[in-house]
Amino acid sequence: MISIQNLHKSYVTGNNSLHVLKGLNLEIGEGEFVSIMGSSGSGKSTLLNILGVLDDYDQGDYFLNGKKIWGLTETQAAITRNAMIGFIFQSFNLISFKNAMENVALPLYYQKISRKKRNMIALEYLDRLGLKPWAHHLPSEMSGGQKQRVAIARALISNPKIILADEPTGALDSQTSMEVMEILKNVNDQGITVIIVTHEHDIAAMTKKIIRLKDGIIGEVITNGDLQLYRDRVKSE
Amino acid sequence: MFDVDIWQEIFSTIRKNKLRTFLTGFSVAWGIFMLMILLGSGNGLSNGVKEQFAQNAVNIMWMWTGETSIPYNGLKEGRPIKFNNQDYDFLRTKESDIEKISSRYYLPGDILYSYGKEYGSFETSTCYPSLKDMENINLTTGRFINEMDMMEFRKVVVIGDDIKKALFKEEDPIGKYIRIGGVPFNVIGISKDKRRNQDNNRQAYIPFSTAQRIFNGGDRVHTFTVTTSMVKTTEEAEAISDKIRKDMAKRHDFDPNDKRAMGSFNMLTEYIRTMKIFQAINLFVWIIGIGTLIAGIVGVSNIMLILIKERTREIGIRKAIGATPFSVISLVLLESVLITTVAGYIGLVMGVGIMELVNMALMKAAAGGAENVFFVNPTVDFRTAVTATLILVFSGALAGYLPARKAANVTPIEALRDE
Ligand SMILES: Nc1ncnc2c1ncn2[C@@H]1O[C@H](COP(=O)(O)OP(=O)(O)O)[C@@H](O)[C@H]1O
Ligand SMILES: [Mg+2]
Repeated sequence: MISIQNLHKSYVTGNNSLHVLKGLNLEIGEGEFVSIMGSSGSGKSTLLNILGVLDDYDQGDYFLNGKKIWGLTETQAAITRNAMIGFIFQSFNLISFKNAMENVALPLYYQKISRKKRNMIALEYLDRLGLKPWAHHLPSEMSGGQKQRVAIARALISNPKIILADEPTGALDSQTSMEVMEILKNVNDQGITVIIVTHEHDIAAMTKKIIRLKDGIIGEVITNGDLQLYRDRVKSE
Repeated sequence: MFDVDIWQEIFSTIRKNKLRTFLTGFSVAWGIFMLMILLGSGNGLSNGVKEQFAQNAVNIMWMWTGETSIPYNGLKEGRPIKFNNQDYDFLRTKESDIEKISSRYYLPGDILYSYGKEYGSFETSTCYPSLKDMENINLTTGRFINEMDMMEFRKVVVIGDDIKKALFKEEDPIGKYIRIGGVPFNVIGISKDKRRNQDNNRQAYIPFSTAQRIFNGGDRVHTFTVTTSMVKTTEEAEAISDKIRKDMAKRHDFDPNDKRAMGSFNMLTEYIRTMKIFQAINLFVWIIGIGTLIAGIVGVSNIMLILIKERTREIGIRKAIGATPFSVISLVLLESVLITTVAGYIGLVMGVGIMELVNMALMKAAAGGAENVFFVNPTVDFRTAVTATLILVFSGALAGYLPARKAANVTPIEALRDE
């Protein structure tokens, strides 16, 4: 699903250049549930942005679903995002003047699906996440957990291959965090690849594979059986 | 770009941001409103003056004679100059810049008009048939003097509406005989000046040839009324009257610069001069109007720019979700066009509406007999309104251009970064 070789990314601001990703290699298969960890500023968001075709990279190869992602025009990138990827953000990023249903339906607007149809589909997704009664409420009238569930519905509505979530629980209390992770786990169970960035160990421990970023490359990959060991190690930390 | 969905998207954005939409629209509406008021007033003034001119053909010219005031060719000053029928023939056939011509002979003394027991003193205009077109004489019934009347020295008369009222009351005058200075004349028509010059309605028209013969005129002509070639500049108009003066000076041996020997008034010069002023006023109005409009556009553009800044995150979200740059540009551009067009149209309708109301009030006042000379039909014509509408759509696009470009340049990672 995702195949990355020797990925380099630097940020240039004025005369300074900050080399963030330094020859990173990464393979993520279809249907995986992965968390990316690493200290603050280690480049987690940078990597996720590149994975999400929101940003470009300087060097290396990135294949998404067998297609090389390089030199896309903004329009091509937008179409790729719309077709392949669902995004979830720490601060939800709902459009404040649109109600829950309209927010969820927005990706389908860019697929030229009629208003009636996309609102109907949006209601279905909201129903699945237990938010149907909130369909006509504005984001400002909802709790953090509810907002994140609306955002998840929005990410799912276009039937993406991959869900990318940058600190999806960063703004939520632990109880709500667990609920959101439960939803993401269900999403993954339906065969969708889920990649989340987090710095919380117990959140990461709920995924099936943990990737640690260190010094601009993958420092450590913990999978399946190892995960139990990892959990124990986290507990003792 | 013109599918229903983008409009629904724009409408829902506008509906949820009513205040800012109102604020953006207001400046444009105001601009167009002022433009319409100014243009309407300009038109009203210019129509009023045009109406004044329209009493006669705009290229009309009058000539009359007096006594010389400058010695000439050994002849002393104080010598009377007199036009005659030969001058008429000369002006009609030899003067290429004269289109129509009529002579006038003033009847001697006080001429009394009578019909049965009724009588009164009225003005007599002795003329050729051509005067009807030159002085825009309007007939309510009957006909004007024709060539046959002239050739056969017929005693026929066209009477003004006030003469008819005075002599005939309710009776139909056509075919009846009135006495003019004791001589019976057959009434062939009634004229009525619907414009402001009420004096014309106390005037009667009789054939020049008849008048000269019956009232002992010999071949004497007091004044000539002519129309000249329509020219575009005051210089050309002056040149025409100068040429005529020179020719007449030669025929009657007086100094061409002697304004007392021969007087003349050339309407065309005044007309061109006045129209120039109104063209200038019109231009001025457009400049002011467009200026106001530009202020409105800059206002819209500014507010939209600020809005784009406020909406950066929203645009970032849209892009992350799959909005193409084109869809973002059309969203912003169409919103701007929509707001300016609707607001501008409201301003347009209100401006035009107010001018129509003023016009209605003026017409009502005119019907009530009020004299209003300077303000006629102060409205904006259809073509101007269409032009203004086109300007509106264009200015909407203009106002939206910068903000739209700014919106298109928003990058999702910048917009969505969590600080
Ligand atoms: N647009 C940018 N321009 C310049 N520097 C950036 C930009 N985005 C991120 N950085 C820097 O790159 C490094 C990695 O950032 P990021 O990927 O956001 O880290 P993380 O998400 O792991 O905390 C940080 O030092 C950050 O300051
Ligand atoms: Mg980050």
